[in-house]
Amino acid sequence: MMEGLAALWGSIPAWSQVLLWDLAKIVAIVVPLMLSVAYLTFVERKVIGYMQVRIGPNRVGPRGWLQPIADGLKLLLKEIIVPAGANKGLFIVAPVLALMPALVAWAVVPFTSTLVLANVNAGLLFVLAVTSMGVYGVVVAGWASNSKYAFLGSLRSAAQIVAYEIAMGFALVGVLMAAGTLNLRKIALAQAGGFWHWLFLPLFPLFLVYFIAGVAETNRAPFDVAEGESEIVAGFHVEYSGMTFALFFLAEYANMILVSALTAVLFLGGWFPPFDFAPFTWIPPLGWFLLKVAVILFLYLWLRATFPRYRYDQIMRLGWKVLIPVTLVWIGVMGFVMFFTPWAFVFYR
Amino acid sequence: MTFESAVFYFFSVVLLGSAAMVVTIRNPVKSALFLVLAFVSAACIWMLLKAEFLAIVLVLVYVGAVMVLFLFVVMMIDVNLAVLRQGFGEYLPIGGLVAVLMVMEIALAVGPRQLAPTRIAAAAVHAPAAHVSNTRALGLLLYTTYVYPFEIAAAILLVAIIAAIALTMRRRPDTKYQDPARQVEVQARDRMRLVKMPAEPKT
Repeated sequence: MMEGLAALWGSIPAWSQVLLWDLAKIVAIVVPLMLSVAYLTFVERKVIGYMQVRIGPNRVGPRGWLQPIADGLKLLLKEIIVPAGANKGLFIVAPVLALMPALVAWAVVPFTSTLVLANVNAGLLFVLAVTSMGVYGVVVAGWASNSKYAFLGSLRSAAQIVAYEIAMGFALVGVLMAAGTLNLRKIALAQAGGFWHWLFLPLFPLFLVYFIAGVAETNRAPFDVAEGESEIVAGFHVEYSGMTFALFFLAEYANMILVSALTAVLFLGGWFPPFDFAPFTWIPPLGWFLLKVAVILFLYLWLRATFPRYRYDQIMRLGWKVLIPVTLVWIGVMGFVMFFTPWAFVFYR
Repeated sequence: MTFESAVFYFFSVVLLGSAAMVVTIRNPVKSALFLVLAFVSAACIWMLLKAEFLAIVLVLVYVGAVMVLFLFVVMMIDVNLAVLRQGFGEYLPIGGLVAVLMVMEIALAVGPRQLAPTRIAAAAVHAPAAHVSNTRALGLLLYTTYVYPFEIAAAILLVAIIAAIALTMRRRPDTKYQDPARQVEVQARDRMRLVKMPAEPKT
């Protein structure tokens, strides 16, 4: 049996072997990702529920564990309504445009030192470029819906994402200076051996800026003015129903997990344990990576349960007048220390 | 036909098609979206040439930032196509002349003479070794050999930014705005006065 399969594998041409193998790897990343997105929505409802002294969903399946499956089925079976006067083609394409970058960026994320789909040299730039395309889904959705609320939501989102992307890019410049490479795997490898080697300590201001900009880029509370329920109903996805609506949600949660994974790789030592000795090394590297991602995701949910929504002008002020100057000053400090003082070892990895 | 040339032709067709759509389609928002598609296909072609830094920066700067702002503006204005199309025949000779001149200039600059295989082979001698990352090679060149032109270009851009802001910003004394520093510094006694007064008898 195995020999038959091996012979079959050997008989197909080499390029299709590569193609099939890559496809299998992509499926191995996307399927667990989609499952974690489904269960992240469940965890979110549960966590926020407990923070508000409620229980949260507990009816479908044992202790509510089948709730995300039920939600998904319901959304699949709902009718997709295209509003009158909407631009039909763009209306349908918009959710796809939102989801696509959220999935593509996973191609370069290293899970462990060997477990990475594409180990490209310019990985950090690739992630920045791909995630910056996510805003098109929101903008196109708002414009194509032919609705005032959706349009206002997409305008807000466009301005917000352009503002916070600059802060995010500058924060990553600091990582690049400390690690000396754009390759995500090498950045994580540079942080090997104990939590005092992780980059979040010397780059603490940049770490905070990156996380805040990440929350803003994913349109999550307290930066969710693009879908501010109290003013513009549901913002850019107000006209969407059924599966098209579900795709926007998949994209938002996949982006959340992506930003968390990147924070773990760039600032929190990727797959390395916080201490390099016995009880900590028992957990496999992938386990540490997932643990760190989970902790950052919990922070996301905690933020949402704790803070009220920012006002629009406050968002712009925070982005342009606080976060960008902080990153610029810290990059200047880093450059000065690394080249003109004997304490350069603080930043070099 | 190798796999790479198939990919090249695919992206070239998409690039030319979307570039044609940018100028022919009636809806300005769709035109801007086709321009985005043209940028992305051009980036993919650069990626094929192993110029990954340029390709990614094209997507990052033009698709991720410039075109978003562009769409932002285009979505808000209501373009009247009838007015735009007025005088199309009148301007056609001048426009056609400019177009022909531009095509000729482009052909002179990047014609087959400049991009002949022998010339590319000669240029490839200076290319960095395959194991050196493209980004690092470009960075080394920009910050060593070409550091003065690079810094001068940066300074000119900075001057342009400041000039644009200075030209458009005007202080209006009648606008109301909040100063967060003053909001934070405010004390209870600045806003509230506690008054002690005897209780009045019940009526």
